[in-house]
Amino acid sequence: MRLVILDNYDLASEWAAKYICNRIIQFKPGQDRYFTLGLPTGLPRNHPESYHSYMWNNFFKHIDIDPNNAHILDGNATDLQAECDAFEKKIKEAGGIDLFVGGIGPDGHIAFNEPGSSLVSRTRLKTLAMDTILANAKYFDGDLSKVPTMALTVGVGTVMDAREVMILITGAHKAFALYKAIEEGVNHMWTVSAFQQHPRTIFVCDEDATLELRVKTVKYFKGLMHVHNKLVDPLYSMKEGN
Amino acid sequence: MEPLSSSPGCPGPRALSGAVSNKVLGCDWTPVWTACVGSGWGRGGVGGRGGHGILAGPGRAGHVGGRSRGPAAHVMRLSQLRVTWVRPSSAVRSRRGAGSGLGLLGSGRRPLGRARWLTMRGGQDGARAPVLQFTNCRILRGQALLRWGAGAARGRPGRRPLGGRRGRAGVGAGAAGCFRAGRGPGSCRVAHGAGRAALPPPPPAFGRREDLWVREGRVLDPEKLFFEERRVADERRDCGGCILAPGFIDVQINGGFGVDFSQATEDVGSGVALVAQRILSHGVTSFCPTLVTSPPEVYHKVLPQIPVKSGGPHGAGVLGVHLEGPFISREKRGAHPEAHLRSFETNAFHDVLATYGPLDNVRIVTLAPELGRSHEVIQALTARGICVSLGHSVANLQAAEEAVQSGATFITHLFNAMLPFHHRDPGIVGLLTSDRLPPGRHIFYGMIADGTHTNPAALRIAHRAHPQGLVLVTDAVPALGLGNGRHTLGQQEVEVDGLTAYVAGTKTLSGSIAPMDVCVRHFLQATGCSVELALEAASLHPAQLLGLEKRKGTLDFGADADFVMLDDSLHVRATYISGELVWQAEAARQ
Repeated sequence: MRLVILDNYDLASEWAAKYICNRIIQFKPGQDRYFTLGLPTGLPRNHPESYHSYMWNNFFKHIDIDPNNAHILDGNATDLQAECDAFEKKIKEAGGIDLFVGGIGPDGHIAFNEPGSSLVSRTRLKTLAMDTILANAKYFDGDLSKVPTMALTVGVGTVMDAREVMILITGAHKAFALYKAIEEGVNHMWTVSAFQQHPRTIFVCDEDATLELRVKTVKYFKGLMHVHNKLVDPLYSMKEGN
Repeated sequence: MEPLSSSPGCPGPRALSGAVSNKVLGCDWTPVWTACVGSGWGRGGVGGRGGHGILAGPGRAGHVGGRSRGPAAHVMRLSQLRVTWVRPSSAVRSRRGAGSGLGLLGSGRRPLGRARWLTMRGGQDGARAPVLQFTNCRILRGQALLRWGAGAARGRPGRRPLGGRRGRAGVGAGAAGCFRAGRGPGSCRVAHGAGRAALPPPPPAFGRREDLWVREGRVLDPEKLFFEERRVADERRDCGGCILAPGFIDVQINGGFGVDFSQATEDVGSGVALVAQRILSHGVTSFCPTLVTSPPEVYHKVLPQIPVKSGGPHGAGVLGVHLEGPFISREKRGAHPEAHLRSFETNAFHDVLATYGPLDNVRIVTLAPELGRSHEVIQALTARGICVSLGHSVANLQAAEEAVQSGATFITHLFNAMLPFHHRDPGIVGLLTSDRLPPGRHIFYGMIADGTHTNPAALRIAHRAHPQGLVLVTDAVPALGLGNGRHTLGQQEVEVDGLTAYVAGTKTLSGSIAPMDVCVRHFLQATGCSVELALEAASLHPAQLLGLEKRKGTLDFGADADFVMLDDSLHVRATYISGELVWQAEAARQ
């Protein structure tokens, strides 16, 4: 595991973005497809809080990706289980995920795999824990009754199948979850800890997120920053290749 | 990419290059394109006087990496405008490489002639109509100038495709926190002239990028296009960091360029058309030709010749006629001829009909509310959807308030031709802050912000009292657009000096001749208001006055794509109607 510690939220974001850039370049994309996270059910597509709107406003509209290559779980599908199975199938057909980027919740969940989720689970419909509902209430005007209670999500097993995993953790409220994820054992109550058994994981975090870690751990990984920074050196291969 | 051979309905390379000559575009290049189906460039491809910029120039050969899975694209620099030709994504999936155009045509899809997709708005084949995307711009939407917040590496504009086509991945360290409003090479700098006119720095936030997407003459919601239709833009235009604002709407203009709308000639239509075409360069995309007090014969002759008309390359759209008079006050008639003033005391609305004739083409009527039976007239006009405006009047505040309660919604050139503000009887001016207006409604008021007709201090007082109701108008006279010097207009000799027109040989003002964009700039500088408000005063507020704010005066999804491209000092660089370029500044053309 690599733990990359940056000073603040902006630097952490930037590091992560550069890393993703480099990985894409190194991969020399051709027919590649990347998958994004699960979607809360029940919201119409054009609801401002739907995952479609979120991904559009924050990602898709800034890049020129072919819309046919963007796959988002459709929470409005009639047969949700079939939708999940189809999603898994699409991942397999695309040759698997090369890089999965995600965050964690304060309760240590990855995607919407709440505490207690199986560590070998696949894409499925999941009931959300109270913590998650509270955390998302701010997107629904603070009204708890409006927050969806179930979500389609990729499973822990699905993410473990990715060739590389990058988790972004910023903020002091995630510090305890980060501690549980990397300094304690693999536990289905803190589903992120499953990535201790993944061959290639990177955790990108800011100073505040390390508040619950041991000084020894933090010092060790900070000492490795010169190695980590090499991962984000600008690459020019794409331009030269043309 | 080799040029395609021609096919039915799709002009061949030779025909196209003949139509858009090097002379027009001012540069030496040959047209190169990939596919013509659904791309909407039929014949010609030139809108207005400017090059439409549809054709791609000698882009870098083999410039699109075959490994890129995004739509193939050519990029051509046309000074400020950068045009990218993009193949429809469905074409990319089905074929690769050059020559695919023929295959597409063979698949049974009719190429759409350009004229066709322009005239139909939301008609059949809507889903096939080409999609335009204006990038690298700041759009006025929702009372805010949406800026392109995600600064490119070292301020380089344009987007970086996922396939890394021009990629410089791994942004250098200097880019941290480098959030600049996208600037094209050579695009204009921020104007710091008066200090107040300078735009604030862009907000430091990602995810603020907004492009303007247009299809079939309307503004399109790109999210729906992306997720439901799974399409990307067929054509991208780089705006070089310009501001995109809704096209200006002028609700009071008496003529211009030597044309007088109130003159009953046999061919009023061509005079209106001339003005409509010339005001495109001022950023005006819709207007209300205004008729001053005239005898009934003039109205009967002229009104039927000015129908409501959509705008286009031929000129700005006509929203309807503004009838200023003859039911106005004698004392405040201003330059209106006294002989033709009338009242409607006898037969109220019937007098109105007798004077004007059929009201089909009428949009606004200015009258004085103190005239007898004005309430009936106001109610009757409002019931027909005609906007009633108060002006050229000696009404006190109470009379004015009652008129508003009957349905009046506008004040014609505030301060001019009405009683001055008095602290015990503010008169019509008092409507700006009146608390006796119908609930949920507020009054709109026209202001001529040319620096002459209203003292800037008075402009500021009105603006601060009621900013949301301010409507910029030109109230332009036929001398508009004529150069400096003496001109004969009808029975008058007029001397034009810069932005002011005088009765020849005197110092008497002879109407206003400041174009709309000059008014906007002057208004911004005089009041120190935000750029957004200044632009809205010329676009959104007049649209709201006329009840057209869903379609005009805004760049929200579904609105008509009538907009202007402005630089930071609010000079008009280009004017678009229904997403089509109808006028372009000289500098941008080279």
